[in-house]
Amino acid sequence: MEINSVQVEDRQNFKARKFLMWLFIISSFMMFAALTSGFIVYTEGNVERGIKVLLPKQFMYSTLLILMSSFTMHMAYLSAKKLQFANQKLYIGLTILLALAFFFSQYSAWQSLYESGAYFVNYNASQSFIYVFSGAHLLHIIAGIFMLIYAFIGKIRNIPQVRNIFRMEVTSIFWHFIDILWIYLYVFLLLNQ
Amino acid sequence: MASTATHDSAVLHQHDNHGHDHGHHKETFLTKYIFSQDHKMIAKQFLITGVVMAVIAMLLSILFRLQLAWPDKSFPLLETFLGEKWAEGGRIKPDFYLAIVTIHGTMMVFFVLTAGLSGTFSNLLIPLQLGARDMASPFLNMLSYWLFFTACVVMMGSFFVESGPASSGWTVYPPLSALPKAISGSGTGMTLWLISMVAFVASSLIGALNYISTILNMRTKGMDMWKMPLTIWAFFLTAIVGVLSFPVLVSAVVLLIFDRSFGTSFYLSDIVVAGQVLPNQGGSPVLWQHLFWFLGHPEVYIVIMPALGITSEVIATNSRKPIFGYHAMVYSLIGITVLSFIVWGHHMFVTGMNPFLGGVFMITTLIIAVPSAVKTFNYLATIWRGNLRFTPAMLFAIGLVSFFISGGLTGIFLGNAALDINLHDTYFVVAHFHLVMGSAAIFGMLCGVYHWYPKMFGRMMDARLGYLHFWVTFICAYLVFFPMHFMGIDGVPRRYYAFTEFAFMQEWLTVNVFITWAAIISALAQVAFLWNFFYSMFYGKKAEQNPWQSTTLEWTTPVEHLHGNWPGEIPSVYRWPYDYSKPGHDTDFIPQTTPFSETMSSNLPHDFEDNPEAERIQEEWEKQNAKTPKATEEV
Repeated sequence: MEINSVQVEDRQNFKARKFLMWLFIISSFMMFAALTSGFIVYTEGNVERGIKVLLPKQFMYSTLLILMSSFTMHMAYLSAKKLQFANQKLYIGLTILLALAFFFSQYSAWQSLYESGAYFVNYNASQSFIYVFSGAHLLHIIAGIFMLIYAFIGKIRNIPQVRNIFRMEVTSIFWHFIDILWIYLYVFLLLNQ
Repeated sequence: MASTATHDSAVLHQHDNHGHDHGHHKETFLTKYIFSQDHKMIAKQFLITGVVMAVIAMLLSILFRLQLAWPDKSFPLLETFLGEKWAEGGRIKPDFYLAIVTIHGTMMVFFVLTAGLSGTFSNLLIPLQLGARDMASPFLNMLSYWLFFTACVVMMGSFFVESGPASSGWTVYPPLSALPKAISGSGTGMTLWLISMVAFVASSLIGALNYISTILNMRTKGMDMWKMPLTIWAFFLTAIVGVLSFPVLVSAVVLLIFDRSFGTSFYLSDIVVAGQVLPNQGGSPVLWQHLFWFLGHPEVYIVIMPALGITSEVIATNSRKPIFGYHAMVYSLIGITVLSFIVWGHHMFVTGMNPFLGGVFMITTLIIAVPSAVKTFNYLATIWRGNLRFTPAMLFAIGLVSFFISGGLTGIFLGNAALDINLHDTYFVVAHFHLVMGSAAIFGMLCGVYHWYPKMFGRMMDARLGYLHFWVTFICAYLVFFPMHFMGIDGVPRRYYAFTEFAFMQEWLTVNVFITWAAIISALAQVAFLWNFFYSMFYGKKAEQNPWQSTTLEWTTPVEHLHGNWPGEIPSVYRWPYDYSKPGHDTDFIPQTTPFSETMSSNLPHDFEDNPEAERIQEEWEKQNAKTPKATEEV
């Protein structure tokens, strides 16, 4: 009875806390919706505005990297569920590496944007918006990396499986979200190129 | 609800371990009063911080009212208190005037009526009225308060920097706010304003996420959505509006920060400051207005909806009648929630907006009158022939309805794109929003304080001081804001420093004197409230468990607060929250925790929600007791 009720209470609280993550995703999405709407309002206002450069090809690489990281994230989650903890740690590690690679790919994309003359400080703020989109997204990537590290440390410290699964679930929900978010931003930019 | 059914066993466990003995918790002063994770303590922290902010914002308003009433008079006392920099020769300086107008607005809208109102009552009532031990994440709840506190400190800190606080109005429109050199108030003060606002948005968002998750996941057994008190519905929808609109403000603020500090041109174009042409080109200041008002308009519903929820509860309790049109009340709140996102353009009618678009925004704006009128009608119908108990809380609730009507009516004028050409940026706007969202929401908040004070502090507030507070505040609020309508129709613009330079405005100086006296008297009336509030905390009459004979769950908790709210099992809920004066029952209220099997004499067919077994039992009982209940009913 005692153990059972502890589990029941834990599960209920986990459910409510997992829901917090979904709500956070909604609010985060609203922030990007505002930024992209701002872009549309701004760009439509005048024909001289608009992206007017080709998007750097590094964005394409970033997209591939983040798609792969979503895959490894899912593998990590599945391994945790199947109690294959060595694999779980391996896949979390891979995801972190892919995330770092994404980070640098974005950075080099900024560099080539800069070289092609699309500066951040710009009379055509449509080009500044590219930096704002990807920068705000990178902040989410950093947060995601911290969540991954947190899940990784939890596994090393051998926290109970319910909590391990909970951390993995929340982390993977967030990770898939920032994956989809980047694809949304990239497609949005491509359509407005 | 499958999830709520699990409460009972969970409760037992909690009870066995810490329910009856608090000694082993090792609560220190720091964990109990400062870094508390208990929702009731956090609610009190929000309330007291909100009250302090309200007093400061009110004093600021008295300062600028003095300036408006006696623009040529010198008040040496002001120089003593504010120093030579802001009140040289005893007169408020123009720079400082703009600053206090800005900070008054910011504090009232965000710190008092968003955090002070939503923060207090959502935190207090959501777990208590739903039957939960605490919020979904008590830690995030604590974080929410401390972010709010940080925001307050940073905002107050801006009074102590060399260039003074932000001065470009609470809407901080660029380019004025984006150019640190434009006015002194756009310097460090503006930076602090932005930092404070980011902390505030984070606080509100964390709070709102917690409220929604708690409401959806942690209701007690039997508490389905349609058995929730209207307060909870209001807090729930308010939180949804917050989650969807506050992130937009973050986006807008981020772009503004880039414009201010990094030299980008999102909002800036073609600007000459002091003869110098600025390098920024190609930006659009109207972009800020779109982003800001996408938050800004829902924000006013974030302010008023909790107040409406609180009054629904208080009016029903003190009319001893079920709330009129419970479902209509909920649907009108949902209607307001949805509409709040598609009306922001009515703040921008005169920005050069396409008149066709203006027409669309005009229609959506005017439609809001429908759910608002439904709510007003339902309040009046609830009061109609009720067994009214004029507690201070009830008076403030009725006051809210009054302000909501008189301020709402002028919204129909302002929502009209053609009339707005004349009325925009005049005192008519000031009068409108101070009545409909300022005074109304403050009255909702005060109503909540008087009503739930016994729940928060275990003591009663003094009712006679409450009556004094109500009548003086109510009358003075009208005396302050009503004349402003006429000023606005005459074209007197808002935010002007003095009415002395334009001939047509000079005749309004005497009205300004009148308004300022009314404002001073109503400010003095708040002393009655403050005294009552703080004195009763320690010396008020001890409260009973259910002082207002109310039906909702929070009054089933013991007067002494304990962590986890209920000493034993969390009570289950069997009926809706508005069973007041139900025919056939011996008392005039039936708590939500009373099962229908204990109230056979007052059950009605629709109580059973088409449960045939329950209906059958009721019918059988009625056959057996056919004579007696009939007789009493006819009497």
